[in-house]
Amino acid sequence: MNGIHDMGGMDGLGPVEPEADEPVFHETWEGRVYALGRSIARWGRGRNWGSFRFALESLPPADYLRMSYYERWFTVHVNRLLGSDLVTREELDSGYADASRPPPELLPPSTTRGLGSGLLDIEVAARFGPDDEVRARNLHPRGHTRLPRYTRGRRGTVIRDNGVYALQDTDENGQRLGDSPQHVYTVRFGAQELWGDRASARDSVYVDLWEDYLDPA
Amino acid sequence: MARSEPEGVGRRKFLREAAAGAAGAAGMAGGAGATGTAESAPAQHDHDHDHQAVPDDIALRVRALESILVEKEMIDPADLDAVVDAYENRIGPRNGAQVVARAWTDSEYKARLLADGTAAIAEFGFTGAQGEHMVVVENTPEVHNLVVCTLCSCYPWPTLGLPPVWYKSAPYRARAVIEPRAVLREFGVELPDDVEVRVWDSTAEIRYLVLPERPAGTEGLTEEQLVELVTRDSMIGVARVAAP
Repeated sequence: MNGIHDMGGMDGLGPVEPEADEPVFHETWEGRVYALGRSIARWGRGRNWGSFRFALESLPPADYLRMSYYERWFTVHVNRLLGSDLVTREELDSGYADASRPPPELLPPSTTRGLGSGLLDIEVAARFGPDDEVRARNLHPRGHTRLPRYTRGRRGTVIRDNGVYALQDTDENGQRLGDSPQHVYTVRFGAQELWGDRASARDSVYVDLWEDYLDPA
Repeated sequence: MARSEPEGVGRRKFLREAAAGAAGAAGMAGGAGATGTAESAPAQHDHDHDHQAVPDDIALRVRALESILVEKEMIDPADLDAVVDAYENRIGPRNGAQVVARAWTDSEYKARLLADGTAAIAEFGFTGAQGEHMVVVENTPEVHNLVVCTLCSCYPWPTLGLPPVWYKSAPYRARAVIEPRAVLREFGVELPDDVEVRVWDSTAEIRYLVLPERPAGTEGLTEEQLVELVTRDSMIGVARVAAP
């Protein structure tokens, strides 16, 4: 989706502000939210939670920018638990589990269990190889994609074939489109191809792109 | 509005004290029901003045959620404790620093690291989530590498831990790809025009670690001493390693 999360190349967002001796978590709740994500994952099985990244990207842009990083995570956790009726609004408001409700049930994994993420040991023909000239396709899907807007329509050079991975793109509801195992390439884009004369002719941006995102140039 | 019944106020006072007090996590166990909270929708529910004294409403809402999930036996707070402990105390940039120091002192290791980052890093046991597919890029006098994730916050957890706020922030994600030299200048790295800048946008499942240049004047240092010099920022590529 053409969301606020796809920030590469935007102006006006202010300076980068590093913090000296930054703690891993600034507040206790941040660590809890981070860890909660791992602990509740199994409750999403069979419940169509969809892509976590897509859920973050789908937050209203103004909220996305206003919220801190772990606030966004927390919001998505809560939305999912509410959406699956694992927790109710009343419980969240009262702070107590409603003992009159039946205990939540773990569901078996979906029968159409996909390949997930990670390098796959699957033979798939590679359409491109190192030094091939490619052009990122001008795609504007409504779901999750890993094709940053700033690369679309731009010409680059394949520098590495990283092997076969399942496509992580989703539909507009955050559900995976399907595994479509395919090669992921690291593509070098000249900085001026992306940013014109604002960039140095010497510089480049390297982006890892699924084969479906690319056409021969 | 006067919907805040006495019980609610009492609960909130309890929570405020709890939130202000000790680390919070441990006390969540047991599901005694004492750790409820006030609101998850403060804009609609906030009626009394207590809220002014509770700026960290999010902390209370997180406590409430965790407490509810524990009561429902959906999660074990000890699992959360273990994850937090791992990232606060064990998995951090000191891991990456060991990799870098080894590469600086052992040319065969360096060759392995640049050829297959995942395998060479695994020699230290630094494996797992967000480190499954590692590529190490080397800074030289001619080439400066910089890592970003413009779409979210992808980062090599086993070698660097969880990313700092600035790395996840809108300004860094927006600017690193379009004006890396300006960003680097703000971090104190002034690059001559004839140095090539390579920005790595971590859009897929490969995670990047920068092998910074070994500073001059460190020839006499041991590998262990070199580890102490290597900073997180130098392995993201926004800083150089300073000589001692």
